[in-house]
Amino acid sequence: MSNPTTGPHTTGPHTAGRRLIDLLPHIVLIVGVLIFAFPIYVTLIGSTWDAATIGRGNLPMIPGGEALNNYGHAWSESHTERAMYTPVRIMMMNSVIMALSIAVGKIAISILSAYAVAFFRFPLRMVFFWMIFITLMLPVEVRIIPTYKVVADLGMIDTYAGLSIPLIASATATLLFRQFFLTIPDELVEAAKIDGAGPVRFFFDILLPLSKTNIAALFVILFIYGWNQYLWPLLVTNSADMETIVIGITKMIGTGEAANDWNLIMATTVLAMLPPVAVVIFMQRWFIKGLVDSEK
Amino acid sequence: MATVEIKNVRKSYGPVEAIKGIDIAVQDGEFLVLLGPSGCGKSTLLRMVAGLESITGGQVVIGGRVVNDLDPKDRDIAMVFQNYALYPHMSVFDNMAYGLKIRGVPKPEIETRVAKAAEILELGRFLTRRPSQLSGGQRQRVAMGRAIVREPAAFLFDEPLSNLDAKLRTQMRIEIKRLQDRLGITSLYVTHDQVEAMTLADRILVMNHGVAEQIGTPLEVYQRPASLFVAGFIGSPPMNVLDGVIDASGQGVVMPGGALLPLPRPRPDDANRPVKLGIRPEHLTISDGLAASPILVELVEALGADTVVYGRLPDGESLLIRMAGLPSCTEGDQLSVAPQPGALHLFDAAHGRRLAD
Repeated sequence: MSNPTTGPHTTGPHTAGRRLIDLLPHIVLIVGVLIFAFPIYVTLIGSTWDAATIGRGNLPMIPGGEALNNYGHAWSESHTERAMYTPVRIMMMNSVIMALSIAVGKIAISILSAYAVAFFRFPLRMVFFWMIFITLMLPVEVRIIPTYKVVADLGMIDTYAGLSIPLIASATATLLFRQFFLTIPDELVEAAKIDGAGPVRFFFDILLPLSKTNIAALFVILFIYGWNQYLWPLLVTNSADMETIVIGITKMIGTGEAANDWNLIMATTVLAMLPPVAVVIFMQRWFIKGLVDSEK
Repeated sequence: MATVEIKNVRKSYGPVEAIKGIDIAVQDGEFLVLLGPSGCGKSTLLRMVAGLESITGGQVVIGGRVVNDLDPKDRDIAMVFQNYALYPHMSVFDNMAYGLKIRGVPKPEIETRVAKAAEILELGRFLTRRPSQLSGGQRQRVAMGRAIVREPAAFLFDEPLSNLDAKLRTQMRIEIKRLQDRLGITSLYVTHDQVEAMTLADRILVMNHGVAEQIGTPLEVYQRPASLFVAGFIGSPPMNVLDGVIDASGQGVVMPGGALLPLPRPRPDDANRPVKLGIRPEHLTISDGLAASPILVELVEALGADTVVYGRLPDGESLLIRMAGLPSCTEGDQLSVAPQPGALHLFDAAHGRRLAD
């Protein structure tokens, strides 16, 4: 009994202390979860009451009966008696198209540039690599005015292309793929060469399947990155038809001239959370499957 | 099936010359082993034949075609790598079929060829598995299957057994030998393991520092090593190398301790010439007489079938003796040993080449 913290079957005077040590991490975690989950719970509850109840300032902590009404309204109606809104179904589609284009585009471009940098010897290879690397240091906000000018001159304001293309170049993803490609043994590349696979076949038949887990992980991160874009969509969309859901929510929160439709805002917020959650859940499965299946 | 000719092939990395001109013609169906210590250039030479390294000078000719400027896929070769290099995401079947698929071989033929290779290699049960679900030996068999189905002009093996444990290595060695006998495909095999070289090869190319030290059958290389390097590299435990001087009459060699070893044939021209004297441990026996030297036994290794004795000569040189059966001496004993008649190897003291017999 010299060390009461080892062994699950320890008994005696130290048992109570041990139990506390076991419980402590759980307590910390539960408190943490409550702190994170509470606002989401409030949102969920809020979306089931009418605007007047929320407006009075004492929102009940149990669900109300207005859920169907609120969600239905938010999904498809374009106005209430107070204000004009873009319906969630339109904003949702815009956001999904934008986030998917950004995620797919970023992965496609970065996996190809990483392939070039990692597997081919060409003049100025390292120059290009460092050029990609340096763009890591420039966040969207820094280059936003010239980018806006270019996009406007190309007539891409209020288009999906304008929403997504300027956000597609990604140094981070290129670096991640490059690092992964460097772990692929040379002999595998050589075996493919001897089997007769040219660069394109090697990419599609071998590299792409091996990158599955990396692609899945990046897709999750990049989809959420695209989904959460705020500043750029705010600049390049003018018409309500092109509004993304993140912008839609902020626009719904008024400037104080009129009372807000909090019930609809809450419902829209809950709907806005669903696609990223779905992507995480769906990709997580694929992600784990990839981890179990592939082996190098 | 084809011949592989390597004609004065060189390889330089900048100013460093890694392969300094190798010449060898591998016959149709021959099994050539490239043997040497790490860094001797044997893998580089193989990779130049495969087309994975550029050729700085000379020519590689496979089946009568100069392949210097051809891509690996156009050289009609198949290669087996040390770490198997199987495609991790493909089944055993797909691994073997991939090369054929790319070459546009019709599906039914792919299936028959893979089935045949799987049968030869006893992989039939594993065709749907992934490489990660196989043991090391099975993976190496898949790698060989991938080579077999291609029915290439030549097999290239790059230390294929180095990743396996000792027991499996012996087993796979026998399988490779059988396979090559059965298929009769010209093979180049790189290894640093002399046992693999001795057992598999029709001929061995012993390399050191990018130079061919000797080309010959396993027994030639063992019985008549062309240089001190080959003498030391082939044989385990290694050959004893001692300093000696040919006596004034040219009839024998005088050892440092004074023992006089008779030469197989008189060498009057070489009288008083200092030489390096090679004696294999298995060619030393306990005996008295003029040719015998006294040794102090320092260590005795009983291996069961035979015994290795580490002795020391009076002048401080160490001497290995391999005797059949169980040990007949212990540490601290004084023995008197002499080489069997005719079992001496004479090398030039300066450049280490074998003296003409």
